[in-house]
Amino acid sequence: MSQAYDRGTVEDFGRWREFSAGMWAWIFHKFTGWVLVGYLFTHIAVLSTATGGAELYTGTLQGLEALLVVRFLEIGLLAVAVFHILNGIRLLFVDLGFGLDQQDRSFYASLVLTGAIVVASVPTFLGGKFL
Amino acid sequence: MSTQIETKETEDEEIEEQSPGERRREIKRQRAENRAKRVEAELDEAEQTRRLKVFRYDPEVEGKEEPRFDDFIVPFHKGMTILDALIYARDHYDSSLTFRHSCRQAVCGSDALFINGKQRLGCKTQVGDLEDPIRIEPLPHQDVVKDLVVDMEHFYDQMHAVEPFFDPDETPDGELEEQRQTPENREYVKMATRCIWCGACMSSCNIAAGDNEYLGPAAINKAYRFAMDEREGENRKQERLRIIEQEHGVWRCQTQFSCTEVCPKDIPLTEHIQELKREAVKNNLKFW
Repeated sequence: MSQAYDRGTVEDFGRWREFSAGMWAWIFHKFTGWVLVGYLFTHIAVLSTATGGAELYTGTLQGLEALLVVRFLEIGLLAVAVFHILNGIRLLFVDLGFGLDQQDRSFYASLVLTGAIVVASVPTFLGGKFL
Repeated sequence: MSTQIETKETEDEEIEEQSPGERRREIKRQRAENRAKRVEAELDEAEQTRRLKVFRYDPEVEGKEEPRFDDFIVPFHKGMTILDALIYARDHYDSSLTFRHSCRQAVCGSDALFINGKQRLGCKTQVGDLEDPIRIEPLPHQDVVKDLVVDMEHFYDQMHAVEPFFDPDETPDGELEEQRQTPENREYVKMATRCIWCGACMSSCNIAAGDNEYLGPAAINKAYRFAMDEREGENRKQERLRIIEQEHGVWRCQTQFSCTEVCPKDIPLTEHIQELKREAVKNNLKFW
């Protein structure tokens, strides 16, 4: 709605401290969704090197995996994907009308589960770099 | 009021020198002084005082066109609501402080305000539950008319858009015969009937803020209340579903649960919107 004057921070992201669980779930779901869409393009770009022959493909992948920053990005990607999946399941239940009164708890549960899975994946992703 | 006779006497004495305007101003000044003294005494007496930070804005008065926050210190007593505190501030400090209120018991829906960052009813919110300073603002996403009063016209338009009245396909034969509802059906729509049109949900909704055409939680809840009423009949239900399944109807809801969180009457708004989404899908599914 148009405002006749500037009401300052009344209705912007600056009030993030006052957001509730459902709002955070929505923001994270949007954010992770966009990250996954973005990743899709790099994914296609990397896989496309296979059209240039097996050696080019292997070389590209080995080159990427040698970079520490790529390993960390992979952990980030896993976190994003896992949260998006878990919250997606939560939203499925919301759409079906199950447990709407538990929606905040199921959001926290998907956060905790995401954290646990990400932590458990760290040795695999960083294998050969530090260990 | 015991001072009234006294002031009359002084009036009589000075009647020759003072014009009626001067006399009136003199009485006003005295009254203000008395009030200030009374406030001071009350603040001293009170075990606890609380600080209100109230949004002020008046486009019609020069010098008040710029929004600002005014501080009011009010004596706290157990059971004091935000509305009580605002009334105290208005009656003792600034009579131009403007806000809507009527029943004072969470029935009329007049005093939905943005209190400490959340849409709440002033009359239903305990001062004791909030941290100082208590920040009181008009509802976000609505134009401010003055101070805490917002323009509700758009909200009412959305409410009326869903045709919020009982309208059955068939009425009983007998002229004064009742149209009975089964207890089960009544129970089914019970929560939806509790809406008091305060507008808190609409103001909290992120989608409604960005999409002016979106019906919003309150209107959809109203539609739910009648669409789920078994007495209305199949034709009317189809018409109701046509309204709610438009582009800016139920499908704009993104289940942020903000409306459900702020509803002062605890109506499960998101649940009702989701149920109408399923109703709309079921209604349009064809297996042939």
